[in-house]
Amino acid sequence: MKRIISIFVCLIFTLSIALTFGGCSSKTKLFVYNVGDYIHPDVIEMFEKEHPDIKVVYELFDSVEEMYMKVSNGTSPYDVVIPSDYMIEQMREEGMLNKINFENVPNYENIDSSMRNLDFDPTNEYAVPYMWGTIGILYNKTMVDDPVDSWDILWNEKYKGEIFMLNQERDMVSIALKKCGYSMNSDNDSELKEAEKILKEQNPLVKAYCGDEIKDNMINGNGALAIVWSGDAYFCIEQNPDLAFAIPKEGTNLWFDCMVIPTTSTHQAEAEMFIDFMSRPDIAKLNAEYIGYSTANASARDMLEDSVKNDKLRYPELDEEFMSKMEIFAYNKERNAKLTEIWTRVLNS
Amino acid sequence: MYKKSLSYPHLVWMVAFVIVPMFLIFLYAFTSNTTDGNISFTFDNFKKCIDPMYLKIYANSIWIAFLSVVFCLILGYPAAKILADKDRRRMAAGKKASGLMMLFVMPMWMNVMLRLYSWLTILQPNGVLNSFLGILNLPEIDIMYTRTAVVLGTVYDFIPFMIMPIYSVLIKIDDSLIEAAEDLGANKSRVFLKVILPLSLPGIVSGITMVFLPALTSFYISDFFSGGQFMLIGNLIEKNFKNPVGRNFGSSLSIILMGFAFLSMHIMKLFNKSNRQMDMF
Repeated sequence: MKRIISIFVCLIFTLSIALTFGGCSSKTKLFVYNVGDYIHPDVIEMFEKEHPDIKVVYELFDSVEEMYMKVSNGTSPYDVVIPSDYMIEQMREEGMLNKINFENVPNYENIDSSMRNLDFDPTNEYAVPYMWGTIGILYNKTMVDDPVDSWDILWNEKYKGEIFMLNQERDMVSIALKKCGYSMNSDNDSELKEAEKILKEQNPLVKAYCGDEIKDNMINGNGALAIVWSGDAYFCIEQNPDLAFAIPKEGTNLWFDCMVIPTTSTHQAEAEMFIDFMSRPDIAKLNAEYIGYSTANASARDMLEDSVKNDKLRYPELDEEFMSKMEIFAYNKERNAKLTEIWTRVLNS
Repeated sequence: MYKKSLSYPHLVWMVAFVIVPMFLIFLYAFTSNTTDGNISFTFDNFKKCIDPMYLKIYANSIWIAFLSVVFCLILGYPAAKILADKDRRRMAAGKKASGLMMLFVMPMWMNVMLRLYSWLTILQPNGVLNSFLGILNLPEIDIMYTRTAVVLGTVYDFIPFMIMPIYSVLIKIDDSLIEAAEDLGANKSRVFLKVILPLSLPGIVSGITMVFLPALTSFYISDFFSGGQFMLIGNLIEKNFKNPVGRNFGSSLSIILMGFAFLSMHIMKLFNKSNRQMDMF
């Protein structure tokens, strides 16, 4: 009897697998590759409803580096990928991106004009901006009594054991460079050495270098100061009103996550349809509300609640004064290796 | 009786997932990364590996793995002994073994990230542990993001691998051997030291190997519990592999790690061998 049941169960499993694959074989499969929790959960379904002949295969990555490895292996036919600025530059330079035919993306006109012609895609051929933001200091108002307006506060002995930093060499070394008054993209060895020196000095003050756990720690009041991306900061402030976010006066990194079509794509037209759909104001608004990051879609931004769209931290005026202090990460292959070594030395100092 | 063709799937599996990846690792480790796609032979990656900074990381990794093994053994052996004794009594009475062993394995059915995050809730400064200590009027402790936390996490994650082999050896010990020892006048501790402990040595050895090797190579536990305060060799490899230009160096580090693993397995084998010779006497 047991045997019959197990055979029966196996049969059902194989059949259901066969049916699901059989079911979608008649549809075009569109492979979308995005970071986790970076889209409104209903959006994929809405897209499939409007385009009944397309089935979206949605995959997630942890870091853009992981994404790069998988896309460069070329084993999966990804059609739309959503990486960040410096990675787009790297992929573009290595010939891993297809040009987008913007005639098929009429909703591109909704994208904020100040988000076009950026350094990683100067000719506006490869990327459609999705979300953007800054990196800054999240602090607990009940634990910090000094004004938080400069990177210097992260080197203040008073907050020893209450500082959380990101375990990300690129961001950390860039911040140290900025604190010393250099460019965040500096490749100059003596400037990098100086950044390394002050990061080593800071090491004893730091409670932990981590990733997503920073959010939990700050919400639970385990730390006074932390480095976070702007989008995460709003999320934390919503959970714990004692927290506040500041963009240091020295300036910081301005980042953009954009939709691109890698050369692994086998469905260029459908990929453009998807990008156009994501750029539609109502969809971009849904995503912006769900993710909580700043949308690059000007029309969608206008539809957001007043308290959100007029928030100067979330949507700072992108005027010349602001932009002159901001820096977008650039791609530099040799520098990447240097940063990894510097970071290893800092953590082991 | 045995059909050779039955082994072909295994052969394909071994080639695809063991031999080819090993070949690639050796290829990466002994070549340099050139932008034009040319491969050139070099020892530079290995020269980089003996930098004092990296030597410190290896020492750190071995030390943490060693501490984890010691604590796993101290905590795991009594647990395995208690469980085995209980089950032996039950089986002697003609009953089925108790399901207690399953309780040790059960946490492994849960997602590892979930288990690690719950430790954050317990260990953080105003977490479960400190609220409990506060109720008892005891001083608070803050061990999250320290070396202690890394060892704690490693022991927590790998202790089933220590208990299981010891348990399975202990449960098979012939009762008559213990009775014989008792008949000859050995007291409880003598029976344990002269009969049970030597007989359970194979279980201890495989337990140590099963804890030491994963503890040496793991990276997510140390990453999570140390808050990146110090790197272990696993973290170093991960960091270099995630960086597209670091693959060559990462590969040579992997080979060094494999060397450590071989060495420790070899030492363990020697232990087992000398034990068997002792048995013959």
